[in-house]
Amino acid sequence: MDISAFVLFWAAIFTSNILLTNFLGMCSYLSVSREVESSFGLGVAVIFVLTVTAGLNWLVYHLILVPYNIVYLQYIVFIIVIAAFVQFLELVIERYAPALYYTLGIFLPLITVNCAIFGVSLFLVIRNYSFLQSISFGAGSGIGWLLAILMLAAIRRKLKEKLVPHGLQGVGISLIITGIMALAFVGFSGIVQIQ
Amino acid sequence: MTKKQIFITSAFTENSVWRQILGICSALAVTNLMMNSLIMGLGVTFSLALSGFTISLIRNWTPRSVRMMVQTLIIAAYVIIVDIFLKANMPDISKQLGPYVGLIITNCILMGRAEAFASQNKPLDSMIDGIGAGVGYSLVLLLIGFIRELFGFGSIFGIKVLGAWWTPWSIMVMAPSAFFILAMLIWIINIKYYKPKG
Repeated sequence: MDISAFVLFWAAIFTSNILLTNFLGMCSYLSVSREVESSFGLGVAVIFVLTVTAGLNWLVYHLILVPYNIVYLQYIVFIIVIAAFVQFLELVIERYAPALYYTLGIFLPLITVNCAIFGVSLFLVIRNYSFLQSISFGAGSGIGWLLAILMLAAIRRKLKEKLVPHGLQGVGISLIITGIMALAFVGFSGIVQIQ
Repeated sequence: MTKKQIFITSAFTENSVWRQILGICSALAVTNLMMNSLIMGLGVTFSLALSGFTISLIRNWTPRSVRMMVQTLIIAAYVIIVDIFLKANMPDISKQLGPYVGLIITNCILMGRAEAFASQNKPLDSMIDGIGAGVGYSLVLLLIGFIRELFGFGSIFGIKVLGAWWTPWSIMVMAPSAFFILAMLIWIINIKYYKPKG
């Protein structure tokens, strides 16, 4: 891949948004988007974890898995790296920034099972990104995810007072809103092609 | 519960996708072709059944504090088998599914069934529950895949069914349609089978 890391960063936010075009991270996206504040908290945590684990997993893959010829273990290793990093982050935040821990702490365990984190690590192996590309792709994907969940949370807040057909309440209407947002993002897709 | 009841409950009445809204990531991502949906469904069913069996088998020896990690590792082991099998026997489909085979590990359905069923029930029951959940999941995948492939390519399982007069709707192949179709599906099922209370 010979895309500059800078282009990749923007492409990850807009043209191939991790959620709206790759459908990753849907579970927490649908369940946490009831409030704007908590969406923002989770989004920030996702950006941070995504950026760091993309770098970590790149290092692990190219410095450990490939030289020792155990690439087939990548899934297990990636999951362990992500879980360990989230656990580590939780301890550090709790120790040094208790205030932040109370706002962000509850979201951290959710992140381990967020498929966006794992998905990005798999993408960077499949698409053969360099270290710099991986980090900017991770950061861009995180920001794209934050953007999507914030938009949905803001729209759902407005929808609270509106009448929604019974069968569509909750998840149904969220999926339709997401579909409309995805339609808007299709408009960006002609700018750069990264997959 | 009898084994048949377990199967029906986890496949239909408590279907993971439309009742519990789990595992949507891959339900949306791989459904642009029916073949991909079918392979994905089979992969998930295989991992669900065997991971349910294994987790249930060792449930009494697993300390509660590390059970999530143990469950994830068991699931990951079966997903690696699926992945290696696909790479060896169906390289084309494996390439199209890309990262989504690996993402079965973080598919909430597997964790959900492991936590809710396999960690409390007998191995054989857990296996049947896993197969049921997998079948329910595959049905939803195939249904969405059917609509998207029929309108998007005019074909079913790659065989042209609509003639040359058909203009493919390219929107059906793209991301937004997946969201709309799943929303419609949930809507129809809610209206038909789950009446409002009171």
